[in-house]
Amino acid sequence: MTLPFLLFFACALVALLGAVLLIVAREPIHSALSLILVMVSLAVLYLLLGAPFVAAVQILVYAGAIMVLFVFVIMLLNAGEEERTDWSKIAKYVGWPLGVVVVLGGMHLLFHSEPGAAVANSAVNPPPPADTVALSNLLFRNYLFPFEATSILILIAILGALVLARKDE
Amino acid sequence: MSVVPVSYYLALSAFLFGLGVIAFVFKRNIITIFMAIELMLNAVNLAFVAFARAHSQLDGLVFVFFVIVVAAAEAAVGLAIVLALAHTRQSLNVDRVNLLKF
Repeated sequence: MTLPFLLFFACALVALLGAVLLIVAREPIHSALSLILVMVSLAVLYLLLGAPFVAAVQILVYAGAIMVLFVFVIMLLNAGEEERTDWSKIAKYVGWPLGVVVVLGGMHLLFHSEPGAAVANSAVNPPPPADTVALSNLLFRNYLFPFEATSILILIAILGALVLARKDE
Repeated sequence: MSVVPVSYYLALSAFLFGLGVIAFVFKRNIITIFMAIELMLNAVNLAFVAFARAHSQLDGLVFVFFVIVVAAAEAAVGLAIVLALAHTRQSLNVDRVNLLKF
């Protein structure tokens, strides 16, 4: 057991724990806090994978901006304990099987498809390509058009949020 | 230098995605359902970064960047819809929003 393994298992455990807590928590604010736990541990895993820029964006945008938005809305609406409804039939009979099928199917796709198997069988990983300069070159040269398209998407999202949240006259 | 096999990350990603699906189906609060979607997006991001690492290519990281941007836009619009819904229905329970249900 080397240090990266220990770090990986610790973070994976925390992430899975946070995801389970998200499901079992009855208060939305508890779900939000456990989701922040998942995101922070995923950021540590990104660092371990040699992607410091993505880890920083994960903390700043995901755990920072997006989750603050969630927590803000939860507090604004004073969202209390979730009502425990009579389990809808779909959740009861399809929910767990669907989750298990998705996990098994994802595993199958990841490990038995050709590219997935090639990755899973690669015992020794090449050194991480993590280089923020190279990443920015890629983003602003090869992917310039998608980048500009996302800026328009953000603009539309801002307008949509404004229109939706506006009080009716 | 990390020696953790990439397959470990992919397995963790699959488990997180499955938990996200379970949360999406089981939760009744519309805000928590949104959080389940965010959890699934995070799981996919982890798979992207793991594959980028495995192939020593940076394109996967660019895709993670785009996924995060789209998630931010989706959260902004979605939470605005939640606000509008809460004002008209006085409830966050998706079972109460059944006007279109057959």
